[in-house]
Amino acid sequence: MSSTTTEKVKATLAKRYAREKRFRAYGFISIALSILFLAILLLDIFSKGLPAFTSTYIKLDVVLDAPTLGLETNPSQEQLKVANYNKAIQTSLETMFPGVEDRKQKKALKALVSDDAQYSLRDQVMANPSLIGTTQSLWLLADDDIDVFHKGGIDRATPEADRRIKDFQLVWLDKLEAEERIESQFNTNFFTRGDSREPEQAGILSALIGSFYTMLVTLLLSFPIGVAAAIYLEEFAPKNNFWVDLIEVNINNLAAVPSIVFGLLGLAVFIQFFGTPRSAPLTGGLVMTLLVLPTIIIASRAALRAVPPSIREGALGLGASKTQAVFQNVLPLAMPGILTGAIIGMAHALGETAPLLMIGMVAFIMDVPNGVTSPAAALPVQIFLWSDSPERAFIERTSAAIIVLLAFLILMNLLAVILRKKFERRW
Amino acid sequence: MSTLGILLTLTVLAAFSYYIGRKRSLALATPVKRGGNNLHSLPSYYGYLVMIWVLIPALLVFALWSALEKPLLTSTMISHLPAEIQNKSPDEISLTTNRVLSLAADDAARTSAEPVMQAAAEDYRQMQQTSSMIKTLLVLALAIAGGFIGWRYIKPETRARNQVERVVQFIMITCASIAILTTVGIVFSVLFESIRFFGHVNIFDFLFGTHWSPQTALRADQAGSSGAFGAIPLFVGTLLISFIALLIAVPLGLMSAIYLSEYASTTMRAYAKPAMEILAGIPTVVYGFFAALTVAPFIRDLGSMVGLSVASESALAAGIVMGVMIIPFMSSLSDDVINAVPQSMRDGSYGLGATKSETIKQVLLPAALPGIVGAFLLAASRAIGETMIVVMAAGLMANLTVNPLDAVTTITVQIVTLLKGDQEFDSAKTLAAFALGLSLFIVTLILNVVALHIVRKYREQYD
Repeated sequence: MSSTTTEKVKATLAKRYAREKRFRAYGFISIALSILFLAILLLDIFSKGLPAFTSTYIKLDVVLDAPTLGLETNPSQEQLKVANYNKAIQTSLETMFPGVEDRKQKKALKALVSDDAQYSLRDQVMANPSLIGTTQSLWLLADDDIDVFHKGGIDRATPEADRRIKDFQLVWLDKLEAEERIESQFNTNFFTRGDSREPEQAGILSALIGSFYTMLVTLLLSFPIGVAAAIYLEEFAPKNNFWVDLIEVNINNLAAVPSIVFGLLGLAVFIQFFGTPRSAPLTGGLVMTLLVLPTIIIASRAALRAVPPSIREGALGLGASKTQAVFQNVLPLAMPGILTGAIIGMAHALGETAPLLMIGMVAFIMDVPNGVTSPAAALPVQIFLWSDSPERAFIERTSAAIIVLLAFLILMNLLAVILRKKFERRW
Repeated sequence: MSTLGILLTLTVLAAFSYYIGRKRSLALATPVKRGGNNLHSLPSYYGYLVMIWVLIPALLVFALWSALEKPLLTSTMISHLPAEIQNKSPDEISLTTNRVLSLAADDAARTSAEPVMQAAAEDYRQMQQTSSMIKTLLVLALAIAGGFIGWRYIKPETRARNQVERVVQFIMITCASIAILTTVGIVFSVLFESIRFFGHVNIFDFLFGTHWSPQTALRADQAGSSGAFGAIPLFVGTLLISFIALLIAVPLGLMSAIYLSEYASTTMRAYAKPAMEILAGIPTVVYGFFAALTVAPFIRDLGSMVGLSVASESALAAGIVMGVMIIPFMSSLSDDVINAVPQSMRDGSYGLGATKSETIKQVLLPAALPGIVGAFLLAASRAIGETMIVVMAAGLMANLTVNPLDAVTTITVQIVTLLKGDQEFDSAKTLAAFALGLSLFIVTLILNVVALHIVRKYREQYD
């Protein structure tokens, strides 16, 4: 009898082991797929975004004589400000590439350098008026199409009609290349300027500052409120009380409410009812506060729960009141855990986009915001706005902005991990 | 005084009041030399008591005044407007109000505006200045008066510690109640606007209509002047994309969780888990960019290679990327519930000769099923409410189709398109966004409540 059972088991054993192996393989493949996707995503973003950290410059010999600039002798600063620097740049381009007569080609010739070149030239002349009358060799910012071409983003083999750079432009660029008048330099504009319609002039500074102000408001509000709420719920709240249960159910639910609903709340309550300014970091910060409060409360409660009861009992035994025991003994011990939770909540808020779209932080903003009530963009919103732009150069810049955003997130998470490693106590 | 100025002054006053409160209590106490300390509480508590009296009433009035200042001033300004403007429709009045407010803030524009507007703006500005002045005076007066009251309470027999602790506890309760207030705020903000919307559009037309084109024309004689608000295509689109996402996230997330908790070595766990967490930490706008610029073209090219026509904003691309986004969410929730199954159940199964995979499939998963269902529902709620991926990678046109290769639109996409940028708050188009928000909130709320309930019940089972 027993031998038949053993035989039965033995007969199916190979099949069962094969099934075991297969099942295990499925699990491994699942993890491998997830990590593979992560790798592809990061690789894609980095390969697209890294070129944006350099930009192309063209060296021109600009003749700064007074008649071309439309200046009299001994011009005032005011006159220098409105002088015709465009003409000077155009003249220098025409001397370098003589014989361009076609109107379209002339326009293309002018467009080799960015609109911004005349302003950088103006700033140099205004800082040093003695430059007038001399010929200067200057590196000027190239247009975004030239920039993309120079970084190898446009293939010469494609038919001319499908190419942003036409054949006659290729001839010019080859000449510039041969004379070593074209080169890539570090893209400082990307970090020192606000948004712009021209990709080569667009930067993330205003978005960064906007995000900074939004995060500041969020942190100042959500941290104290969240910690106070967590302390109450964990240490003081009566058990089996209707209101306390209601609060807990609400917190757990809010943690799972879609973020865009918080945006609707911000629009209807903060902007429409209380009249907080649209597009401002103040409103953004208020919405983000409500968004991250559940995260911070849940994390803080876990940290408080991890402090053993003996700490409380010791304090109470020495004559401390309940409040004293919590604030002077339990809270300091739970602080590392609470801070870790807060940082993770802030990282979440930094990457959140949808609610900001609802409260109007999608406006085109060039200026760097100077306070929590002035209109501002935020870094993720800037990414969203740029990703809509058709220019090839904006794809680069979007990816570069994503790299900056991810760098900040990694930094914050690293901080949280270090905090946890350094201060975490096992009881 | 500016907001910052008032707050700074209050901070200085608070620090000062703490100092004098503490000093005063020490001065009143019987010195230790003559029979010991007769103070009820530590001196610092008397300091805190005075500080509370200085800060709390002043801050309360300040917050209330700041919150209500603008709505009240605006309504007063409207009541000062000439009768012919007041008799206009609410839409026009709100337009006029916005203009007056912007004129009041902008000196240059005010001088060139028409006289009525100029007067109204001037009126508003003066009221604003008066209000700001009264606010400053009132808040500072309250702070100082509070300081005197607190000062008079300092006596050795005052139970300062108990009073301070009661106030602290009250503040904590208030902070905790913000969770309820938020929910109430959400419900009211979407509910009120939705009710106004259903005044324009029949609720059944909204819920069961199959045609969605919210573009209302500016003039009545324009073609397609009446927008259609049948939300069925949006619901179907949302479900289609969520379904694709869950089709990817649930098996991959569940299998990853099983592998990590049952098979993986400690080293592999130490590396694979954080990697999955990175996937969860990437902002959704990044996923959206990746879906729109890399995955969607890839799928389109793949489709054209095998002879299928794939829309460039196909539901498939958005769904796949959303699925990947949800994998870590699903896997960490499943990991929790699988770890909650007692070891004795595994041991019993091994003892009967089952292999590891048989134990997992026949013992662990049935035991953990309620928890896994809860995780599934939470993942579904997240997929339905996800915004940025679909805004960037899904379409805008409302097609009623279940073909994953076509472009569909979702509830969240439409909310964003309807509300992005400047808008008037009264058109059916804007209000439709709130009706969509309401349906989104209700659906996710039901999913969350059910899921949380199941998960909690399940936890109790093994605790």
